[in-house]
Amino acid sequence: MDVIPKKPAESMEPIEQIKARIEAAVPGASIEILQNASPSQQHSLKIDNEHAHDVAKWLHDDPALRLDFCSNVTGVDWLDRTVKKMVKVKKVVDGEEKEVAETTEEKIPGYLEAVYHLYSMTHKHGPVIIRMRTADRAAGARLPSLTPIWRSAEFQEREIFDLYGIRFDGHPDLRRILMWDEFEDYPMRKDYREPDDYEYEPTPHDDVLERAKRYYTPRPQIDGAESIVEPLNG
Amino acid sequence: MIGSGILKGMAVTARNFVGSYFDKERLITVQYPEERDPLPENYRNFPFLVYDGDDSQAGLRCVACKICEKECPPQCIYIVKSENKKPDYMGKPQFYPKIFDIDISVCMSCQICVEVCPFEAIKMDKDFELSRRERFDALLMRKDDLAKSNDYYRRISPTDAAGVDAKLAAAAEAAAKKKAAAPAAAKPATTATSPVSARASS
Amino acid sequence: MSVTIETLEAMERPPVSMGSRLEGELLEVSMGPQHPSTHGVFRMNVALEGEIVRKLKPVFGYLHRNHEKIGENASYLGSMPYTDRLDYFCSMTNNWAYALSVEKLAGIEVPERAEYLRVILAELTRLQNHASLLGFLLNDMGAWGTPLMYAFREREKILDLFESLSGSRMMCDYMRFGGCRVDASPEWLAHAKKIVDRFPRFVDELEQLIVGNEVVIARTQNVGNVSPELAVSAGITGPMLRACGVNYDVRKVDGYGFYPRFKFRIPLGEHGDTYDRLMMRVLEMGESVGILKQAFEQVPTGPIINPKVKIRAFRPPVGEAYGRIEAPKGELGFYLISDGGTNPYRYRVRPPSFINLTILEDMCLGHTVADVMVILGSIDIVMGEVDR
Repeated sequence: MDVIPKKPAESMEPIEQIKARIEAAVPGASIEILQNASPSQQHSLKIDNEHAHDVAKWLHDDPALRLDFCSNVTGVDWLDRTVKKMVKVKKVVDGEEKEVAETTEEKIPGYLEAVYHLYSMTHKHGPVIIRMRTADRAAGARLPSLTPIWRSAEFQEREIFDLYGIRFDGHPDLRRILMWDEFEDYPMRKDYREPDDYEYEPTPHDDVLERAKRYYTPRPQIDGAESIVEPLNG
Repeated sequence: MIGSGILKGMAVTARNFVGSYFDKERLITVQYPEERDPLPENYRNFPFLVYDGDDSQAGLRCVACKICEKECPPQCIYIVKSENKKPDYMGKPQFYPKIFDIDISVCMSCQICVEVCPFEAIKMDKDFELSRRERFDALLMRKDDLAKSNDYYRRISPTDAAGVDAKLAAAAEAAAKKKAAAPAAAKPATTATSPVSARASS
Repeated sequence: MSVTIETLEAMERPPVSMGSRLEGELLEVSMGPQHPSTHGVFRMNVALEGEIVRKLKPVFGYLHRNHEKIGENASYLGSMPYTDRLDYFCSMTNNWAYALSVEKLAGIEVPERAEYLRVILAELTRLQNHASLLGFLLNDMGAWGTPLMYAFREREKILDLFESLSGSRMMCDYMRFGGCRVDASPEWLAHAKKIVDRFPRFVDELEQLIVGNEVVIARTQNVGNVSPELAVSAGITGPMLRACGVNYDVRKVDGYGFYPRFKFRIPLGEHGDTYDRLMMRVLEMGESVGILKQAFEQVPTGPIINPKVKIRAFRPPVGEAYGRIEAPKGELGFYLISDGGTNPYRYRVRPPSFINLTILEDMCLGHTVADVMVILGSIDIVMGEVDR
């Protein structure tokens, strides 16, 4: 059996170096490395929205990286959450200085995130993952569109707009794509509640049935064919 | 020459047409329902409940642990656990399902219930001719419809059933040994024979 | 041989005045969703000038069931049977892509035999997908029935193999995290080898049917050209990308599974037109047969599943992973975010045929309505995957 060659993805420069090079090339851009603790070791770069276009353009054009293939674009919904942290604080208790563990609660407001997985078809390496975050989950859910740089983001950004409600500024044709145009909510958000009558399941033990009873008359408990015969007899 | 490509294609169709009279590989259609291809042994279609012995309700292996109900991806299983315990086929008091329904209009035959069941109580059936005249209640399989004997299971998938039988027999033997080893064993170990060995001896 | 836009426009505008001719007026036609050539429920709003397409907007969502939301509410294992229903022609590769992503997320090793079985099943899937695609494409061109039936006859043999292994013809639900569900018996492998050995006969026949056929050439050459630059920018993957001459195959680039152990070539096109896309499938079938023959020789004995992986209450560590494979239709990726629970926090499918549709308009502009069918057919879409 031959030796399996190393995956070419590992030949790409480290993410810290990419970060440093972006910051040198795009003045004012603030890049943050988000570590990924899982065995996949796919760390991502959080880029700021103001310079997102320039950073993306640089990533696309830089001869060493040449990330010309934007494979996957997706949204993630992060709800408001509180993070409890145990912090050891030095405190004076009964005249003595002691280390006391204190819990601090930090409120993190919710936001929506767009994630781009970039590969290079020229150099056959990747992925470089870039993320952008919206200011909030309501009116501030706006991000710059990267469709002018990678055409493959066109449908995928439309899909994010459709399912998550992020508005992409500069997208050529931002409409709903999978849901119909009149649909109002954003179904992939974590706090989305489906309307009561969205699915009528005939399972007699499902709570869907309980809710659906308000909209549908109960079906007769007879064989379907019998109801066809009746009008013929009568 | 223009048209030669079409003629070449015609030759292929002619070869296939004539060949279909002689070559079995070129004509694989089966005139269902008069003719039937044998089903492969791994074929699966909708789950059923296995029971040991002759009584379809008393012999159910299911102990209403509800693992399959929880794991079922489309949530088509509905179980109500009994309040009291009843002796199972081996004489051990167990809970049993008071209600066990599978909505086969929702079930997608993914076999996850079979994989997660720790009691070998639910297995995949091979029955695919299930057309009904009514689309709701007729496709809701109750406990009575689902219960099928271990003999049936041995018939439809002999290899799997043999493995399951051996596994259960080994487990029963281990349990019997444990019981015999315990000094305060109230029951004699000989009653705890496995369903397999009991059947084999009868 | 092929019809250029200029000549068609000349045909459109006869020199004689016809009185009430609607000069330059566009007619909007809604093609689909119930249309035999759209392979499901897909709709295109087309603006026509005469017979020439001047604008085309695809409309999606008729088969949308929010697969990703279902995946976020189901356990990791519970999503596996749902992936079968994405691209229902290629459930084995869908299973693999999902299993691969979860294995990346949780750092699971896969036994050697399982990797070989995965390669075998993925290449069998590629064979049957390409065979039926060619049948459908010829069907769209008007070769009604015959090539499709030949393709389905071969596909049937492969589906029988899937059935005898996994229990189901199309909804296989075969792969598990860290391996496969059922072991393949020596008889199964022998039978599969026999079918694969006979497969080139079918490929040759298909080649004789289409390669030199004047009608096929007239309908496909120089129709729906894509430049390599546009294809790369639009994220086109799979045979459609390689038809433009871009050498990019995830099997070679990522080297997932045991693909680096096999010798195979990547067929490349030159013009990026429909004919190249069609031929790409024929050539890839030949390469797949080659991979399968090597795999049958090399497949070792041993366990097929990693015993450390729990079936129930499977919890990957917190983090995220993006795994991708070369599905028959292109790059199929799964993006998972785990919050440490039993179901994924985010479950995303990167469907190849959905993204390949990005440039449908660019390909169709200036061609006739009849060409739209052929171009759409050559993209190879399955609506279960496009709409999810």
